[in-house]
Amino acid sequence: MFEIQVTPGGNRPIYRQIIDQVRNSVATLELSVGDSLPSVRQLAEELVLNHNTVAKAYAELVREGVLESRHGRGVFVAKRRQVFSSGERKRRMDQALDVFLSEILTLGYSPEQIEEAVAKRLAKMTANQNKAEVE
Amino acid sequence: MMRADNIAIRTSGLTRYFGHKAALRGLTLDIPRGQVTALVGHNGAGKTTLIRMLLGLLPPTRGRSELLGHDSQSLTPEVRTRVGYLAEGHFLWGWMRVRDTARLQRETFPRWDQPLFDAMLKFFGVTPDARVRQISRGQRAGVSLAMTLATDPELLILDDPSMGLDPVARRALVEGLLAFARRDDRTILICTHLLDDVERLADRIAIISNGQLLVDAGLAEFRERVGGWTIDADFGAQQAAQIPGLVDSRQLRERTHLVVADPDQETVAAIQRISGTARREELTLKDAVLAYLRPSAMVGSISAALENVR
Repeated sequence: MFEIQVTPGGNRPIYRQIIDQVRNSVATLELSVGDSLPSVRQLAEELVLNHNTVAKAYAELVREGVLESRHGRGVFVAKRRQVFSSGERKRRMDQALDVFLSEILTLGYSPEQIEEAVAKRLAKMTANQNKAEVE
Repeated sequence: MMRADNIAIRTSGLTRYFGHKAALRGLTLDIPRGQVTALVGHNGAGKTTLIRMLLGLLPPTRGRSELLGHDSQSLTPEVRTRVGYLAEGHFLWGWMRVRDTARLQRETFPRWDQPLFDAMLKFFGVTPDARVRQISRGQRAGVSLAMTLATDPELLILDDPSMGLDPVARRALVEGLLAFARRDDRTILICTHLLDDVERLADRIAIISNGQLLVDAGLAEFRERVGGWTIDADFGAQQAAQIPGLVDSRQLRERTHLVVADPDQETVAAIQRISGTARREELTLKDAVLAYLRPSAMVGSISAALENVR
């Protein structure tokens, strides 16, 4: 079952931790299109958080097109659509790549090893996605 | 400026001297309704002095303050019943039975909520027949909180409520406060040193040091507006003067950690000039707050002035 965990005291603000985990679960298909998420109130109670923190995370995920809020019925994983301009998409990809690559390079992998690992992982993830689309 | 009726607490130029020593200097702060504001600072930074002036228990040397739109120095009994105050140390009479501690409150507060009081005792595992001196410190904190919350206050002011509590009692306290905050339009001002609890509880953070307000901002905004860098170059007063908004620098072996308020392109350029290999790093809330509270801190202050325009 999809479960969010947050840790205060980390270098990632709590609302960011929620955003990261939902995004990640959607990307890895642990959550699929149409799945419902706990309400702001439920999640705030479960995680012992100010409900505004959860609301802020959900609002950001809705703005990004990851989640959609259906009035009176709750929050659901949205069908993937492009909400960013091409410039913004590029900027976000570059930003993610910078973080990812600087972390991997400090682990001492060669560019070839990184490329191979990325290709392998990507193939696995997209295979899952294609399967999900056929279903 | 925020609209006056959206403000639970307003101070302007609030100042208090004890002899020649200023406990609070020119504090101007608006605390919005319906939100949880955490007040953070050293012991002796002026937090308790501030609270006592807000409640009209201590006159200011200069300046003024308002609670729920009324001057603190002339609060009517009616306004007082709308404000809950949890003092440091949770004072209760040891010889009383828990159920009897509620009696006085019931008589004073017209909106006394007995079912809520009973539910909170249960939540903290306190039997109403127990004598106050027999229950644990955490349970005493629970009884204090129950006594305050059951008066159904619009505004709740807490002075270091978690002091001396074990982790279980601390968590119960945070849960109790969150449940209260979820009710419509309830305002909480909490003084605490526990930054993990601040992260769970607060919408806003105010940092006070040496009687002065250094930060007043939304919690998320505060973290976005405080930046951390690590540089490998020598760093002294001359370099420090070149960085606008520098809050604190801390030397660690060959490296120096910098904390900067509101870094813009100019700041980034200044840092890059000092060290081409400067790296930006994400700060924990604790790092960011400590930078402001260190004795060496310079004042790159952050205020809500911008945000209030919304």
